[in-house]
Amino acid sequence: MTAIKADERIQRVSVITKALRRPELGALIGALVIFTVFAIVDTTGQFAQLQGAAGWTKFAAPIGIVSIFVALLMIAGEFDLSSGVMVGSAGLLMGNLISEVGMGVWPALLTTLVFAAIVGLANGYLVIKTGLPSFIVTLATFFVLKGINLAVTKLLTGTVRVDGVDTGEGFDSARSWFATKIEIGGASFQVSVLWWIGFTILATWVLTRTTFGNWIFAAGGDANAARNAGVPVARTKITLFVLTSVAAALVGSMTLLELRGMQAGQGVGQEFYYIIAAAVGGTLLTGGAGSAIGASIGAAIMGFAAIGIPYALWDQDWVSTFLGVILFLAVLVNTWLSVQAKGARK
Amino acid sequence: MSAKKSADPVLELKDVGKSFGNVVALRDVSLAVYPGQVTCVLGDNGAGKSTLIKILSGVHKASEGDFLISGQKTEFNSPRDAMAKGIATVFQDLATVPLMSVWRNFFLGNEPKKWWKPLGILDTKFAKETAKTELLNMGIDLRDTNQPIGTLSGGERQAVAIARAVYFGANVLILDEPTSALGVRQSGIVLKYILAARERGVAVIFITHNPHHAFLVGDHFYLLNRGRMTASFVREKVQLDELIQAMAGGAELDTLTHEISIIRQD
Repeated sequence: MTAIKADERIQRVSVITKALRRPELGALIGALVIFTVFAIVDTTGQFAQLQGAAGWTKFAAPIGIVSIFVALLMIAGEFDLSSGVMVGSAGLLMGNLISEVGMGVWPALLTTLVFAAIVGLANGYLVIKTGLPSFIVTLATFFVLKGINLAVTKLLTGTVRVDGVDTGEGFDSARSWFATKIEIGGASFQVSVLWWIGFTILATWVLTRTTFGNWIFAAGGDANAARNAGVPVARTKITLFVLTSVAAALVGSMTLLELRGMQAGQGVGQEFYYIIAAAVGGTLLTGGAGSAIGASIGAAIMGFAAIGIPYALWDQDWVSTFLGVILFLAVLVNTWLSVQAKGARK
Repeated sequence: MSAKKSADPVLELKDVGKSFGNVVALRDVSLAVYPGQVTCVLGDNGAGKSTLIKILSGVHKASEGDFLISGQKTEFNSPRDAMAKGIATVFQDLATVPLMSVWRNFFLGNEPKKWWKPLGILDTKFAKETAKTELLNMGIDLRDTNQPIGTLSGGERQAVAIARAVYFGANVLILDEPTSALGVRQSGIVLKYILAARERGVAVIFITHNPHHAFLVGDHFYLLNRGRMTASFVREKVQLDELIQAMAGGAELDTLTHEISIIRQD
């Protein structure tokens, strides 16, 4: 095989154009701008410091972990609206298994993850078998779980809250894995940040360097063409539904271990944060393109807003409005960038 | 023209028929496909071309008749079975994923892996280099295999799909109306790659409703009409006019031409 020589007809693709082709670039620029703005309006002098970082990562990490998998699922062309409520379901299930059933913390965690995998499997299987849009199927799952969360918690505990998790056997060892703090330079970071970074790297590698990643892009890009080429589209999508559900359950377990209890309404509404993070990060809502790093940057932007707005002594009620505007601008810019980068054929 | 003609057909249909309920889509279709030759199946809309492709590519099973591969009677249960026997089908618009790069499309479904295979780690270096050289061997000179395949023209995309099928060992290549959505120049490009595949000893089945395109590249011509094989020609013994006449049903076309000329006189 001859070595590939530089082709003189390729107009030298400038580094800038190359960067523009990356789906996460828009998000990265946006993140830098937003970070700078909050650093300037900051009244505490901590936002751009390690203390500030510990603050915004604490908010961003749980969102980021689920967003990464929601992004993969969206690249494959599907939505999971039950991912938010699954955080609550998992925490409540694990909590009830520990405090009401008397299970050890580790077996309860394992049972919870298996339960989440089954729900994910059901989501995926129903989407594939019925051919209904995943938007509808997982919206149904969302409401079913939301009702169960409230009803079963009330039935078991008589309140809308699960407590007494810290009495469970193995609580401390589980907490040291999922909900402890790490001191760096006088600031205490949540261990969830490490999980977040780890999942970002892992998902990016899977997406760009493995067969499965290739299938994810193909399943969302053109399911028919993918099937004709021999890609197991159904299996790919179902696997992603399971992964998304399990990731949400992991975050639910982390939250439970950190708070030592959980409200029945926990997680509801979070699914939109995940989708916003993925979309801000350059994932196409129609599927076929996107990135895991982008979703993590999207989650980081939410962290900036959640910490930066109170640090600037602005009214915190405006956080959602801010995120709404960011979502719109980011998708607008991403769309524009991708058109530019493709260098529309003449 | 017949330098590469070998005595035995690689694929053969004998009196094949297909009915869906009480609708007979195909009846008594027989054809033989030889390696290193282009076999054209011509037919107008509703002639049964799609049904024939689906039988050949393993999507449908024939209701009657025999399907022979290298002289052996065969039955396919799925397109995977057909692929395993070296029969690759390039569907008109369903061959590539537009947003994915050329090299990813080239290896889609057959990704090259490195290290421990079950992990499914892509050998991207091999994939990029192989895609580039294989495309070059077919005469497709791409600037950059990293570009999304959607940025290529329709003809080039068909060409990549053809090169991919040839690379993965197809000895029978079925092309479903590869030129029907393309302009003149783009069609020319695809026809060129059909001949390139033929030169490599592949048996090409070229399904089209365009006798001009078929005549340019074909060695054998089969005409389908209302589910029946109405005529067959070999290249040496047929003129383009005959092909067009036979396809349109001779007399009908004469009448039509006459009617149109009257309208034009107004």
